[in-house]
Amino acid sequence: MPISESLKKKAEEIVFRYPEDKRASALIPLLFEVQRELGWITPEAEEWVVETLGVTPVRVREVITFYSMMRAEPHGKFIIQFCENISCCLTGGEELQHHLEHKLGIHPGETTKDGLFTLKCVECLGGCSWGPMMLVNEDQYFQLTKERVDQVIDGLRSGTPVKADHPTPLLGNVAGEKV
Amino acid sequence: MIGNGSTRLLSRNFAVDNMATVDVALKHGAYEQFKRAVKMKPDEVTEIVKASGLRGHGGAGFSAGTKWGFIPKDKFPRYVTVNGDESEPGTCKDRLIFERDPHLMIEGALICAYAVQAERIYIYIRGEYFYPTRIVAEAVQQAYAKGFAGKNILNSGWSCSIHMHNGAGAYICGEETGLIESLEGKTGWPRLKPPFYPAAIGLWGQPTIVNNVETLAFVPRVLEIGAEKFAAMGSPKNGGTALYSLSGNISKPGVYELPMGTPLMDLLNKFGGGIPNGRKLKAVIPGGSSSHILTAEECENLPLDFESVAARGSMLGSAAVMVIDDSVSIPKLMHWMVRFYAHESCGQCTPCREGCDWLLRLSKKFLDGTARKSDIDDMWELADNIDGKTICALGAAVAWPTKSYLVKFRHEFEAVCKN
Ligand SMILES: Cc1cc2nc3c(=O)[nH]c(=O)nc-3n(C[C@H](O)[C@H](O)[C@H](O)COP(=O)(O)O)c2cc1C
Ligand code: SF4
Ligand code: FES
Repeated sequence: MPISESLKKKAEEIVFRYPEDKRASALIPLLFEVQRELGWITPEAEEWVVETLGVTPVRVREVITFYSMMRAEPHGKFIIQFCENISCCLTGGEELQHHLEHKLGIHPGETTKDGLFTLKCVECLGGCSWGPMMLVNEDQYFQLTKERVDQVIDGLRSGTPVKADHPTPLLGNVAGEKV
Repeated sequence: MIGNGSTRLLSRNFAVDNMATVDVALKHGAYEQFKRAVKMKPDEVTEIVKASGLRGHGGAGFSAGTKWGFIPKDKFPRYVTVNGDESEPGTCKDRLIFERDPHLMIEGALICAYAVQAERIYIYIRGEYFYPTRIVAEAVQQAYAKGFAGKNILNSGWSCSIHMHNGAGAYICGEETGLIESLEGKTGWPRLKPPFYPAAIGLWGQPTIVNNVETLAFVPRVLEIGAEKFAAMGSPKNGGTALYSLSGNISKPGVYELPMGTPLMDLLNKFGGGIPNGRKLKAVIPGGSSSHILTAEECENLPLDFESVAARGSMLGSAAVMVIDDSVSIPKLMHWMVRFYAHESCGQCTPCREGCDWLLRLSKKFLDGTARKSDIDDMWELADNIDGKTICALGAAVAWPTKSYLVKFRHEFEAVCKN
Protein backbone atom coordinates (compact mmCIF):
# COMPACT_ATOMS: atom_id res chain seq x y z
CA MET A 1 0.00 0.00 0.00
CA PRO A 2 1.52 3.31 -1.03
CA ILE A 3 1.82 6.04 1.59
CA SER A 4 -1.10 8.43 1.22
CA GLU A 5 -0.75 12.15 0.67
CA SER A 6 -2.56 12.87 3.92
CA LEU A 7 -0.05 10.78 5.84
CA LYS A 8 2.82 12.57 4.14
CA LYS A 9 1.31 15.87 5.08
CA LYS A 10 0.78 14.75 8.65
CA ALA A 11 4.43 13.67 8.76
CA GLU A 12 5.56 17.17 7.81
CA GLU A 13 3.40 18.63 10.52
CA ILE A 14 4.84 16.25 13.12
CA VAL A 15 8.47 16.78 12.11
CA PHE A 16 7.88 20.52 12.39
CA ARG A 17 7.35 20.16 16.15
CA TYR A 18 11.05 19.52 16.72
CA PRO A 19 14.21 21.50 15.94
CA GLU A 20 15.41 20.95 12.39
CA ASP A 21 18.35 18.76 13.37
CA LYS A 22 16.19 16.64 15.71
CA ARG A 23 13.90 14.92 13.23
CA ALA A 24 14.36 11.59 15.00
CA SER A 25 12.23 12.93 17.85
CA ALA A 26 9.22 12.61 15.59
CA LEU A 27 9.56 8.82 15.56
CA ILE A 28 6.92 7.82 18.10
CA PRO A 29 4.22 10.32 17.03
CA LEU A 30 4.83 9.42 13.40
CA LEU A 31 4.53 5.67 13.98
CA PHE A 32 1.39 6.39 15.97
CA GLU A 33 -0.06 8.30 13.05
CA VAL A 34 0.88 5.51 10.63
CA GLN A 35 -1.06 2.92 12.58
CA ARG A 36 -3.95 5.28 13.06
CA GLU A 37 -4.26 5.51 9.29
CA LEU A 38 -3.27 1.99 8.22
CA GLY A 39 -4.47 0.05 11.27
CA TRP A 40 -0.96 -1.29 11.87
CA ILE A 41 2.65 -0.53 10.97
CA THR A 42 3.20 -2.36 7.68
CA PRO A 43 6.76 -3.24 6.59
CA GLU A 44 6.49 -0.67 3.78
CA ALA A 45 5.35 2.01 6.19
CA GLU A 46 8.18 1.12 8.54
CA GLU A 47 10.65 1.60 5.70
CA TRP A 48 9.05 4.90 4.81
CA VAL A 49 9.44 6.11 8.41
CA VAL A 50 13.12 5.12 8.31
CA GLU A 51 13.63 7.20 5.16
CA THR A 52 11.50 10.13 6.24
CA LEU A 53 13.31 10.62 9.53
CA GLY A 54 16.76 9.48 8.48
CA VAL A 55 17.09 7.01 11.34
CA THR A 56 18.43 3.47 11.29
CA PRO A 57 16.01 0.59 10.68
CA VAL A 58 16.99 -1.03 13.98
CA ARG A 59 16.05 2.12 15.88
CA VAL A 60 12.55 1.95 14.47
CA ARG A 61 12.30 -1.78 15.26
CA GLU A 62 13.42 -1.11 18.80
CA VAL A 63 10.77 1.51 19.34
CA ILE A 64 8.00 -0.57 17.77
CA THR A 65 8.78 -3.53 20.00
CA PHE A 66 9.26 -1.45 23.17
CA TYR A 67 5.98 0.44 23.30
CA SER A 68 2.92 -1.65 24.03
CA MET A 69 0.57 0.37 21.86
CA MET A 70 2.63 -0.11 18.70
CA ARG A 71 1.17 -2.70 16.35
CA ALA A 72 3.47 -4.55 14.00
CA GLU A 73 0.76 -6.92 12.76
CA PRO A 74 -2.88 -6.52 11.70
CA HIS A 75 -5.43 -6.26 14.49
CA GLY A 76 -9.20 -6.28 14.73
CA LYS A 77 -11.25 -3.30 13.69
CA PHE A 78 -11.91 -2.51 17.35
CA ILE A 79 -9.04 -2.79 19.77
CA ILE A 80 -10.21 -3.19 23.32
CA GLN A 81 -7.75 -2.24 26.03
CA PHE A 82 -9.13 -3.57 29.28
CA CYS A 83 -7.50 -2.44 32.53
CA GLU A 84 -6.25 -5.22 34.79
CA ASN A 85 -4.63 -3.10 37.48
CA ILE A 86 -5.35 -2.83 41.20
CA SER A 87 -8.16 -0.27 41.46
CA CYS A 88 -10.13 -1.84 38.64
CA CYS A 89 -9.59 -5.34 40.04
CA LEU A 90 -10.76 -4.13 43.46
CA THR A 91 -14.03 -3.04 41.89
CA GLY A 92 -14.79 -6.23 40.01
CA GLY A 93 -12.52 -5.88 36.99
CA GLU A 94 -11.33 -9.49 36.96
CA GLU A 95 -14.82 -10.94 36.83
CA LEU A 96 -15.74 -8.48 34.14
CA GLN A 97 -12.69 -9.41 32.13
CA HIS A 98 -13.82 -13.04 32.14
CA HIS A 99 -17.27 -11.94 31.08
CA LEU A 100 -15.80 -9.99 28.19
CA GLU A 101 -13.60 -12.91 27.11
CA HIS A 102 -16.64 -15.13 27.17
CA LYS A 103 -18.76 -12.69 25.23
CA LEU A 104 -16.13 -12.27 22.53
CA GLY A 105 -15.09 -15.91 22.61
CA ILE A 106 -11.40 -15.03 22.73
CA HIS A 107 -8.54 -14.80 25.21
CA PRO A 108 -6.48 -11.68 25.82
CA GLY A 109 -4.17 -11.06 22.89
CA GLU A 110 -6.51 -12.69 20.38
CA THR A 111 -8.76 -11.37 17.63
CA THR A 112 -12.29 -12.57 16.92
CA LYS A 113 -12.74 -14.68 13.77
CA ASP A 114 -14.83 -11.98 12.10
CA GLY A 115 -11.89 -9.59 12.50
CA LEU A 116 -13.96 -7.19 14.54
CA PHE A 117 -12.38 -7.27 18.01
CA THR A 118 -8.91 -7.61 19.46
CA LEU A 119 -8.77 -7.93 23.24
CA LYS A 120 -5.80 -6.62 25.17
CA CYS A 121 -5.53 -6.68 28.94
CA VAL A 122 -3.41 -3.73 29.86
CA GLU A 123 -2.01 -1.82 32.78
CA CYS A 124 -3.68 1.10 34.56
CA LEU A 125 -5.40 3.47 32.13
CA GLY A 126 -5.60 6.41 34.50
CA GLY A 127 -9.29 6.00 35.22
CA CYS A 128 -8.95 4.28 38.59
CA SER A 129 -11.70 6.25 40.36
CA TRP A 130 -14.07 5.25 37.57
CA GLY A 131 -13.10 1.61 37.46
CA PRO A 132 -13.44 -0.84 35.95
CA MET A 133 -12.57 0.86 32.69
CA MET A 134 -11.62 0.09 29.12
CA LEU A 135 -10.70 1.82 25.91
CA VAL A 136 -12.17 0.81 22.58
CA ASN A 137 -9.90 2.30 19.95
CA GLU A 138 -9.87 5.97 21.02
CA ASP A 139 -13.02 5.88 23.15
CA GLN A 140 -13.05 5.59 26.93
CA TYR A 141 -15.69 3.71 28.90
CA PHE A 142 -15.90 3.93 32.68
CA GLN A 143 -17.75 2.35 35.62
CA LEU A 144 -18.26 -0.83 33.66
CA THR A 145 -20.79 -3.47 34.59
CA LYS A 146 -21.72 -6.61 32.68
CA GLU A 147 -24.68 -4.76 31.21
CA ARG A 148 -22.60 -1.85 30.05
CA VAL A 149 -19.92 -4.09 28.54
CA ASP A 150 -22.66 -5.93 26.66
CA GLN A 151 -24.13 -2.67 25.41
CA VAL A 152 -20.78 -1.45 24.14
CA ILE A 153 -19.93 -4.69 22.34
CA ASP A 154 -23.44 -5.20 20.92
CA GLY A 155 -23.48 -1.60 19.77
CA LEU A 156 -20.25 -2.05 17.87
CA ARG A 157 -21.42 -5.33 16.36
CA SER A 158 -24.62 -3.77 15.09
CA GLY A 159 -23.00 -0.55 13.92
CA THR A 160 -24.81 1.56 16.51
CA PRO A 161 -22.07 2.33 19.04
CA VAL A 162 -23.04 3.62 22.48
CA LYS A 163 -21.72 7.01 23.51
CA ALA A 164 -18.27 7.01 25.04
CA ASP A 165 -17.56 8.78 28.34
CA HIS A 166 -16.23 11.98 26.82
CA PRO A 167 -15.51 13.95 28.91
CA THR A 168 -14.71 11.88 31.96
CA PRO A 169 -17.56 12.42 34.45
CA LEU A 170 -16.68 14.47 37.51
CA LEU A 171 -16.58 12.37 40.67
CA GLY A 172 -15.42 13.62 44.04
CA ASN A 173 -15.50 17.16 45.39
CA VAL A 174 -13.95 18.51 42.16
CA ALA A 175 -17.47 18.27 40.75
CA GLY A 176 -18.40 21.22 42.94
CA GLU A 177 -21.63 22.98 42.12
CA LYS A 178 -22.60 23.34 38.49
CA VAL A 179 -21.76 26.88 37.35
CA MET B 1 -10.34 26.67 53.47
CA ILE B 2 -10.53 28.99 50.55
CA GLY B 3 -12.99 31.87 50.85
CA ASN B 4 -16.46 30.39 50.98
CA GLY B 5 -15.47 27.21 52.74
CA SER B 6 -14.57 25.32 49.59
CA THR B 7 -11.19 23.66 49.33
CA ARG B 8 -11.10 23.84 45.56
CA LEU B 9 -8.32 26.07 44.34
CA LEU B 10 -7.00 24.27 41.26
CA SER B 11 -10.25 22.55 40.34
CA ARG B 12 -12.65 25.39 41.03
CA ASN B 13 -13.61 25.70 37.34
CA PHE B 14 -13.77 21.99 36.49
CA ALA B 15 -17.57 22.05 36.35
CA VAL B 16 -17.78 25.14 34.17
CA ASP B 17 -19.24 24.28 30.78
CA ASN B 18 -16.75 24.59 27.90
CA MET B 19 -13.91 25.65 30.17
CA ALA B 20 -11.50 24.15 27.61
CA THR B 21 -12.57 26.85 25.16
CA VAL B 22 -10.25 29.80 25.50
CA ASP B 23 -12.94 32.48 25.47
CA VAL B 24 -14.74 30.81 28.34
CA ALA B 25 -11.45 30.30 30.18
CA LEU B 26 -10.55 33.96 29.72
CA LYS B 27 -13.83 34.97 31.34
CA HIS B 28 -12.75 32.93 34.35
CA GLY B 29 -9.40 34.65 34.62
CA ALA B 30 -7.21 32.37 32.50
CA TYR B 31 -3.79 33.79 31.52
CA GLU B 32 -4.15 36.77 33.90
CA GLN B 33 -1.29 35.48 36.04
CA PHE B 34 0.83 34.81 32.99
CA LYS B 35 0.32 38.42 31.93
CA ARG B 36 1.50 39.53 35.37
CA ALA B 37 4.44 37.12 35.32
CA VAL B 38 5.96 38.39 32.07
CA LYS B 39 6.12 41.85 33.63
CA MET B 40 8.29 40.52 36.46
CA LYS B 41 11.92 39.46 36.31
CA PRO B 42 12.13 35.70 35.60
CA ASP B 43 13.96 35.03 38.86
CA GLU B 44 11.27 36.85 40.79
CA VAL B 45 8.71 34.34 39.53
CA THR B 46 10.90 31.45 40.62
CA GLU B 47 11.30 33.00 44.07
CA ILE B 48 7.54 33.29 44.54
CA VAL B 49 7.04 29.63 43.60
CA LYS B 50 9.86 28.65 45.93
CA ALA B 51 8.35 30.59 48.83
CA SER B 52 4.91 29.06 48.25
CA GLY B 53 6.03 25.59 49.26
CA LEU B 54 4.57 24.14 46.06
CA ARG B 55 5.78 20.55 45.82
CA GLY B 56 5.93 18.23 42.84
CA HIS B 57 2.71 16.24 42.42
CA GLY B 58 4.23 13.67 40.06
CA GLY B 59 5.59 11.43 42.79
CA ALA B 60 8.76 12.70 44.39
CA GLY B 61 7.36 15.83 46.05
CA PHE B 62 10.36 17.96 45.18
CA SER B 63 10.02 21.73 45.64
CA ALA B 64 9.01 23.18 42.26
CA GLY B 65 10.71 26.55 42.71
CA THR B 66 13.94 24.94 43.89
CA LYS B 67 14.02 22.75 40.79
CA TRP B 68 13.56 25.76 38.52
CA GLY B 69 16.48 27.41 40.33
CA PHE B 70 18.79 24.54 39.29
CA ILE B 71 18.91 25.65 35.65
CA PRO B 72 22.54 26.56 34.87
CA LYS B 73 22.94 30.30 34.39
CA ASP B 74 24.57 30.42 30.96
CA LYS B 75 23.33 27.34 29.09
CA PHE B 76 20.81 27.85 26.25
CA PRO B 77 18.47 26.76 24.74
CA ARG B 78 16.29 25.50 27.56
CA TYR B 79 13.11 23.46 27.55
CA VAL B 80 10.08 22.73 29.68
CA THR B 81 8.31 19.38 29.46
CA VAL B 82 4.94 18.79 31.03
CA ASN B 83 4.81 15.27 32.42
CA GLY B 84 1.36 14.00 31.48
CA ASP B 85 2.26 10.34 31.41
CA GLU B 86 -0.03 9.69 34.40
CA SER B 87 0.62 5.99 34.66
CA GLU B 88 1.27 5.32 38.34
CA PRO B 89 -1.54 2.87 39.17
CA GLY B 90 -4.25 4.60 41.17
CA THR B 91 -3.53 8.05 39.74
CA CYS B 92 -6.24 9.69 37.66
CA LYS B 93 -6.20 13.43 38.33
CA ASP B 94 -4.10 14.86 35.48
CA ARG B 95 -6.74 13.43 33.16
CA LEU B 96 -9.27 15.84 34.68
CA ILE B 97 -6.97 18.84 34.35
CA PHE B 98 -6.44 18.02 30.67
CA GLU B 99 -10.12 17.58 29.98
CA ARG B 100 -11.64 20.19 32.28
CA ASP B 101 -9.20 23.08 32.47
CA PRO B 102 -6.36 22.63 29.98
CA HIS B 103 -5.65 26.37 29.82
CA LEU B 104 -4.72 26.35 33.51
CA MET B 105 -2.01 23.77 32.81
CA ILE B 106 -0.87 25.63 29.68
CA GLU B 107 -0.71 28.89 31.61
CA GLY B 108 1.34 27.23 34.34
CA ALA B 109 3.73 25.75 31.79
CA LEU B 110 4.12 29.16 30.17
CA ILE B 111 4.87 30.82 33.50
CA CYS B 112 7.44 28.11 34.22
CA ALA B 113 8.96 28.54 30.76
CA TYR B 114 9.17 32.29 31.28
CA ALA B 115 10.76 31.85 34.72
CA VAL B 116 13.52 29.64 33.30
CA GLN B 117 13.57 31.44 29.93
CA ALA B 118 12.82 28.31 27.95
CA GLU B 119 12.13 28.52 24.24
CA ARG B 120 10.03 25.39 23.84
CA ILE B 121 7.39 23.57 25.86
CA TYR B 122 6.59 19.92 25.16
CA ILE B 123 3.38 18.53 26.56
CA TYR B 124 4.00 14.79 26.91
CA ILE B 125 0.74 12.87 27.22
CA ARG B 126 0.43 9.12 27.50
CA GLY B 127 -0.76 7.48 24.30
CA GLU B 128 -3.88 6.00 25.87
CA TYR B 129 -5.21 9.51 26.59
CA PHE B 130 -6.80 10.00 23.17
CA TYR B 131 -9.67 12.17 24.28
CA PRO B 132 -7.65 14.30 26.73
CA THR B 133 -5.02 14.79 24.01
CA ARG B 134 -7.60 16.13 21.58
CA ILE B 135 -8.80 18.67 24.15
CA VAL B 136 -5.29 19.82 25.02
CA ALA B 137 -4.17 20.08 21.38
CA GLU B 138 -7.15 22.26 20.61
CA ALA B 139 -6.47 24.43 23.67
CA VAL B 140 -2.84 24.92 22.59
CA GLN B 141 -3.99 26.16 19.19
CA GLN B 142 -6.32 28.60 20.89
CA ALA B 143 -3.56 29.85 23.18
CA TYR B 144 -1.48 30.59 20.08
CA ALA B 145 -4.40 32.40 18.47
CA LYS B 146 -4.66 34.68 21.50
CA GLY B 147 -0.97 35.47 21.38
CA PHE B 148 0.06 33.58 24.53
CA ALA B 149 2.58 31.50 22.60
CA GLY B 150 4.85 32.20 19.66
CA LYS B 151 7.19 35.11 19.00
CA ASN B 152 7.65 38.07 21.35
CA ILE B 153 4.81 36.98 23.60
CA LEU B 154 2.76 39.89 25.01
CA ASN B 155 5.58 42.22 23.90
CA SER B 156 7.86 40.76 26.53
CA GLY B 157 10.69 40.20 24.06
CA TRP B 158 10.57 36.50 24.95
CA SER B 159 9.46 33.80 22.49
CA CYS B 160 8.28 30.31 23.25
CA SER B 161 6.54 27.58 21.29
CA ILE B 162 4.29 24.82 22.63
CA HIS B 163 4.21 21.33 21.14
CA MET B 164 2.35 18.12 21.73
CA HIS B 165 4.05 14.74 22.05
CA ASN B 166 2.28 11.49 22.85
CA GLY B 167 3.66 8.38 24.47
CA ALA B 168 2.73 4.92 23.21
CA GLY B 169 2.19 2.71 26.20
CA ALA B 170 5.11 2.52 28.65
CA TYR B 171 4.92 3.33 32.37
CA ILE B 172 8.63 4.01 32.44
CA CYS B 173 8.16 7.09 30.24
CA GLY B 174 6.66 8.78 33.32
CA GLU B 175 10.13 8.69 34.88
CA GLU B 176 11.56 12.02 33.86
CA THR B 177 14.66 10.79 32.04
CA GLY B 178 12.70 7.95 30.41
CA LEU B 179 10.29 10.63 29.25
CA ILE B 180 13.15 12.62 27.75
CA GLU B 181 14.47 9.57 25.90
CA SER B 182 10.98 8.99 24.56
CA LEU B 183 10.80 12.62 23.44
CA GLU B 184 14.05 12.07 21.59
CA GLY B 185 12.41 9.24 19.67
CA LYS B 186 13.90 6.31 21.55
CA THR B 187 12.86 3.51 23.84
CA GLY B 188 12.18 4.98 27.28
CA TRP B 189 15.32 3.80 29.04
CA PRO B 190 15.98 6.03 32.07
CA ARG B 191 19.34 7.76 32.32
CA LEU B 192 21.80 7.59 35.18
CA LYS B 193 21.39 10.34 37.77
CA PRO B 194 23.93 11.84 38.30
CA PRO B 195 24.99 13.18 35.86
CA PHE B 196 21.72 13.37 33.92
CA TYR B 197 19.61 15.60 36.12
CA PRO B 198 17.30 17.12 33.51
CA ALA B 199 17.63 20.66 34.91
CA ALA B 200 21.28 20.55 33.86
CA ILE B 201 21.44 17.90 31.14
CA GLY B 202 17.98 17.14 29.78
CA LEU B 203 16.25 17.11 26.42
CA TRP B 204 18.85 16.96 23.64
CA GLY B 205 21.48 17.55 26.33
CA GLN B 206 20.07 20.92 27.27
CA PRO B 207 18.67 22.26 30.57
CA THR B 208 15.11 21.00 30.92
CA ILE B 209 12.43 21.35 33.56
CA VAL B 210 10.21 18.31 33.88
CA ASN B 211 7.14 18.99 35.99
CA ASN B 212 3.94 17.11 36.52
CA VAL B 213 0.69 18.48 35.02
CA GLU B 214 -0.84 19.21 38.42
CA THR B 215 2.31 20.94 39.70
CA LEU B 216 2.25 23.33 36.75
CA ALA B 217 -1.51 23.87 36.98
CA PHE B 218 -0.99 25.13 40.54
CA VAL B 219 1.47 27.81 39.44
CA PRO B 220 -1.10 30.39 38.23
CA ARG B 221 -2.97 29.92 41.51
CA VAL B 222 0.21 30.51 43.50
CA LEU B 223 0.68 33.82 41.74
CA GLU B 224 -2.98 34.68 42.14
CA ILE B 225 -3.27 34.23 45.89
CA GLY B 226 0.38 34.86 46.71
CA ALA B 227 3.07 32.59 48.10
CA GLU B 228 2.24 33.26 51.72
CA LYS B 229 -1.43 32.42 51.47
CA PHE B 230 -0.68 29.34 49.38
CA ALA B 231 1.85 28.09 51.91
CA ALA B 232 -0.58 28.69 54.76
CA MET B 233 -3.26 26.55 53.16
CA GLY B 234 -1.29 23.34 53.48
CA SER B 235 0.75 21.83 56.28
CA PRO B 236 4.35 22.75 57.18
CA LYS B 237 6.61 22.58 54.09
CA ASN B 238 3.64 21.38 51.98
CA GLY B 239 2.02 24.34 50.28
CA GLY B 240 -1.55 24.54 49.07
CA THR B 241 -3.91 21.75 48.21
CA ALA B 242 -3.56 18.48 46.31
CA LEU B 243 -5.75 16.44 44.02
CA TYR B 244 -6.19 13.12 45.79
CA SER B 245 -7.25 10.27 43.51
CA LEU B 246 -9.48 8.04 45.64
CA SER B 247 -10.21 4.55 44.31
CA GLY B 248 -10.83 0.93 45.25
CA ASN B 249 -13.25 -0.24 47.95
CA ILE B 250 -14.75 3.10 48.82
CA SER B 251 -18.33 4.39 48.66
CA LYS B 252 -17.59 7.61 46.80
CA PRO B 253 -14.51 7.20 44.64
CA GLY B 254 -13.34 10.28 42.78
CA VAL B 255 -10.83 13.08 42.76
CA TYR B 256 -10.83 15.26 45.86
CA GLU B 257 -9.04 18.55 46.10
CA LEU B 258 -8.15 19.07 49.74
CA PRO B 259 -5.44 20.93 51.65
CA MET B 260 -2.09 19.19 51.91
CA GLY B 261 -2.08 17.45 55.25
CA THR B 262 -5.76 16.46 55.24
CA PRO B 263 -6.11 13.44 57.56
CA LEU B 264 -6.36 10.16 55.62
CA MET B 265 -9.36 9.01 57.65
CA ASP B 266 -11.19 12.25 56.78
CA LEU B 267 -10.59 11.55 53.10
CA LEU B 268 -11.96 8.03 53.52
CA ASN B 269 -14.92 8.71 55.79
CA LYS B 270 -15.90 12.36 55.59
CA PHE B 271 -15.39 12.69 51.85
CA GLY B 272 -15.22 9.14 50.51
CA GLY B 273 -18.30 7.97 52.40
CA GLY B 274 -16.49 5.08 54.09
CA ILE B 275 -16.19 1.44 53.07
CA PRO B 276 -19.23 0.08 51.19
CA ASN B 277 -21.11 -3.22 51.50
CA GLY B 278 -20.77 -3.41 55.29
CA ARG B 279 -17.09 -4.26 54.94
CA LYS B 280 -14.22 -3.13 57.14
CA LEU B 281 -11.06 -1.31 56.17
CA LYS B 282 -8.11 -3.68 55.83
CA ALA B 283 -5.41 -1.52 54.30
CA VAL B 284 -4.62 1.55 52.25
CA ILE B 285 -2.05 2.17 49.53
CA PRO B 286 -1.52 5.90 50.07
CA GLY B 287 0.54 7.12 47.14
CA GLY B 288 0.09 4.95 44.07
CA SER B 289 1.00 1.27 43.76
CA SER B 290 4.69 2.04 44.33
CA SER B 291 4.12 3.01 47.96
CA HIS B 292 4.29 0.81 51.06
CA ILE B 293 0.93 -0.49 52.13
CA LEU B 294 -0.54 0.80 55.40
CA THR B 295 -2.57 -1.39 57.74
CA ALA B 296 -5.90 -0.05 59.01
CA GLU B 297 -4.26 0.91 62.33
CA GLU B 298 -1.50 2.80 60.54
CA CYS B 299 -4.12 4.88 58.74
CA GLU B 300 -5.25 6.54 61.95
CA ASN B 301 -4.15 10.12 62.61
CA LEU B 302 -2.18 10.38 59.42
CA PRO B 303 -1.99 13.79 57.71
CA LEU B 304 -1.63 13.31 53.96
CA ASP B 305 1.48 15.33 53.25
CA PHE B 306 4.91 14.26 52.07
CA GLU B 307 6.69 14.32 55.45
CA SER B 308 3.89 12.74 57.50
CA VAL B 309 3.34 9.80 55.16
CA ALA B 310 7.11 9.27 54.93
CA ALA B 311 7.33 9.29 58.73
CA ARG B 312 4.75 6.49 58.75
CA GLY B 313 7.09 4.46 56.53
CA SER B 314 5.36 5.00 53.19
CA MET B 315 5.11 7.87 50.73
CA LEU B 316 2.51 10.31 49.46
CA GLY B 317 3.81 9.90 45.90
CA SER B 318 1.14 10.98 43.45
CA ALA B 319 -1.51 11.13 46.21
CA ALA B 320 -3.32 8.15 44.70
CA VAL B 321 -5.15 6.59 47.62
CA MET B 322 -6.28 3.01 46.99
CA VAL B 323 -8.62 1.56 49.58
CA ILE B 324 -8.67 -2.16 50.37
CA ASP B 325 -11.44 -3.79 52.37
CA ASP B 326 -11.36 -6.99 54.41
CA SER B 327 -12.67 -9.15 51.57
CA VAL B 328 -9.45 -8.69 49.60
CA SER B 329 -6.66 -11.21 49.80
CA ILE B 330 -3.24 -9.59 50.08
CA PRO B 331 -1.47 -12.37 48.12
CA LYS B 332 -3.86 -11.58 45.29
CA LEU B 333 -3.15 -7.87 45.63
CA MET B 334 0.54 -8.73 45.51
CA HIS B 335 0.01 -10.55 42.23
CA TRP B 336 -1.84 -7.63 40.61
CA MET B 337 0.87 -5.25 41.78
CA VAL B 338 3.87 -7.36 40.77
CA ARG B 339 2.35 -8.22 37.38
CA PHE B 340 2.35 -4.51 36.60
CA TYR B 341 6.04 -3.96 37.36
CA ALA B 342 7.07 -7.15 35.60
CA HIS B 343 5.30 -5.86 32.51
CA GLU B 344 6.69 -2.36 32.81
CA SER B 345 10.33 -2.94 33.74
CA CYS B 346 12.26 -1.42 30.85
CA GLY B 347 14.76 -4.25 31.02
CA GLN B 348 17.84 -2.10 31.31
CA CYS B 349 19.09 -3.26 34.74
CA THR B 350 19.47 -6.93 35.57
CA PRO B 351 18.13 -6.81 39.17
CA CYS B 352 14.92 -5.13 38.04
CA ARG B 353 14.36 -7.08 34.84
CA GLU B 354 15.07 -10.54 36.28
CA GLY B 355 13.84 -9.73 39.77
CA CYS B 356 10.41 -8.57 38.61
CA ASP B 357 10.02 -11.68 36.51
CA TRP B 358 10.86 -13.94 39.44
CA LEU B 359 8.58 -12.01 41.75
CA LEU B 360 5.77 -12.57 39.28
CA ARG B 361 6.43 -16.30 39.12
CA LEU B 362 6.49 -16.59 42.90
CA SER B 363 3.39 -14.44 43.33
CA LYS B 364 1.47 -16.88 41.12
CA LYS B 365 2.33 -19.74 43.43
CA PHE B 366 0.38 -18.07 46.24
CA LEU B 367 -2.69 -18.07 44.04
CA ASP B 368 -2.60 -21.63 42.76
CA GLY B 369 -1.76 -23.24 46.09
CA THR B 370 1.75 -24.41 45.23
CA ALA B 371 3.61 -21.91 47.44
CA ARG B 372 5.85 -22.96 50.30
CA LYS B 373 6.82 -20.91 53.33
CA SER B 374 10.32 -20.52 51.91
CA ASP B 375 8.77 -18.65 48.97
CA ILE B 376 7.80 -15.85 51.34
CA ASP B 377 11.39 -15.31 52.32
CA ASP B 378 12.58 -15.76 48.75
CA MET B 379 10.25 -13.03 47.61
CA TRP B 380 11.47 -10.72 50.33
CA GLU B 381 15.06 -11.41 49.38
CA LEU B 382 14.37 -10.87 45.69
CA ALA B 383 12.82 -7.52 46.48
CA ASP B 384 15.73 -6.62 48.69
CA ASN B 385 18.14 -7.46 45.89
CA ILE B 386 16.37 -5.00 43.57
CA ASP B 387 16.00 -2.19 46.10
CA GLY B 388 18.62 0.51 45.62
CA LYS B 389 20.55 -1.42 42.99
CA THR B 390 19.00 -0.03 39.84
CA ILE B 391 19.26 2.94 37.48
CA CYS B 392 15.81 4.34 38.16
CA ALA B 393 13.30 4.29 40.97
CA LEU B 394 11.10 1.64 39.37
CA GLY B 395 13.29 -0.85 41.19
CA ALA B 396 12.36 0.62 44.56
CA ALA B 397 8.79 1.02 43.34
CA VAL B 398 8.37 -2.74 43.16
CA ALA B 399 10.63 -3.62 46.09
CA TRP B 400 8.95 -1.38 48.67
CA PRO B 401 5.35 -2.53 48.27
CA THR B 402 6.47 -6.15 47.95
CA LYS B 403 8.37 -6.05 51.22
CA SER B 404 5.58 -4.21 52.99
CA TYR B 405 2.88 -6.69 51.91
CA LEU B 406 5.07 -9.60 52.99
CA VAL B 407 5.99 -8.14 56.37
CA LYS B 408 2.66 -6.59 57.35
CA PHE B 409 0.47 -9.41 56.06
CA ARG B 410 2.80 -12.38 56.42
CA HIS B 411 0.03 -14.40 58.04
CA GLU B 412 -2.04 -14.22 54.87
CA PHE B 413 0.81 -15.57 52.79
CA GLU B 414 1.53 -18.31 55.32
CA ALA B 415 -2.13 -19.27 55.37
CA VAL B 416 -2.05 -20.28 51.71
CA CYS B 417 1.30 -22.13 51.90
CA LYS B 418 1.58 -25.89 51.67
CA ASN B 419 4.30 -26.09 54.30
C1 LIG C 1 8.86 4.63 37.45
C2 LIG C 1 8.45 6.06 37.57
C3 LIG C 1 7.27 6.50 36.98
C4 LIG C 1 6.87 7.83 37.06
N1 LIG C 1 5.70 8.21 36.46
C5 LIG C 1 5.32 9.51 36.52
C6 LIG C 1 4.12 9.94 35.88
O1 LIG C 1 3.40 9.15 35.27
N2 LIG C 1 3.79 11.26 35.95
C7 LIG C 1 4.58 12.18 36.62
O2 LIG C 1 4.27 13.35 36.63
N3 LIG C 1 5.72 11.78 37.24
C8 LIG C 1 6.10 10.49 37.20
N4 LIG C 1 7.27 10.11 37.81
C9 LIG C 1 8.08 11.14 38.50
C10 LIG C 1 8.99 11.86 37.53
O3 LIG C 1 10.21 11.13 37.41
C11 LIG C 1 9.35 13.25 38.00
O4 LIG C 1 9.82 13.19 39.31
C12 LIG C 1 8.21 14.22 37.95
O5 LIG C 1 7.62 14.27 36.69
C13 LIG C 1 8.69 15.59 38.29
O6 LIG C 1 7.61 16.50 38.34
P1 LIG C 1 7.11 17.13 39.70
O7 LIG C 1 8.34 17.60 40.44
O8 LIG C 1 6.24 18.24 39.28
O9 LIG C 1 6.42 16.07 40.44
C14 LIG C 1 7.67 8.76 37.77
C15 LIG C 1 8.84 8.31 38.37
C16 LIG C 1 9.22 6.99 38.30
C17 LIG C 1 10.49 6.56 38.95
S1 SF4 D 1 15.14 0.02 37.44
FE1 SF4 D 1 13.94 -1.21 35.99
S2 SF4 D 1 12.73 0.29 34.87
FE2 SF4 D 1 14.37 1.46 35.89
S3 SF4 D 1 16.04 1.57 34.39
FE3 SF4 D 1 16.39 -0.28 35.58
S4 SF4 D 1 15.36 -1.96 34.43
FE4 SF4 D 1 14.58 0.00 33.68
S1 FES E 1 -6.40 0.67 37.90
FE1 FES E 1 -7.72 0.54 36.18
S2 FES E 1 -7.59 2.52 35.35
FE2 FES E 1 -6.17 2.64 37.00
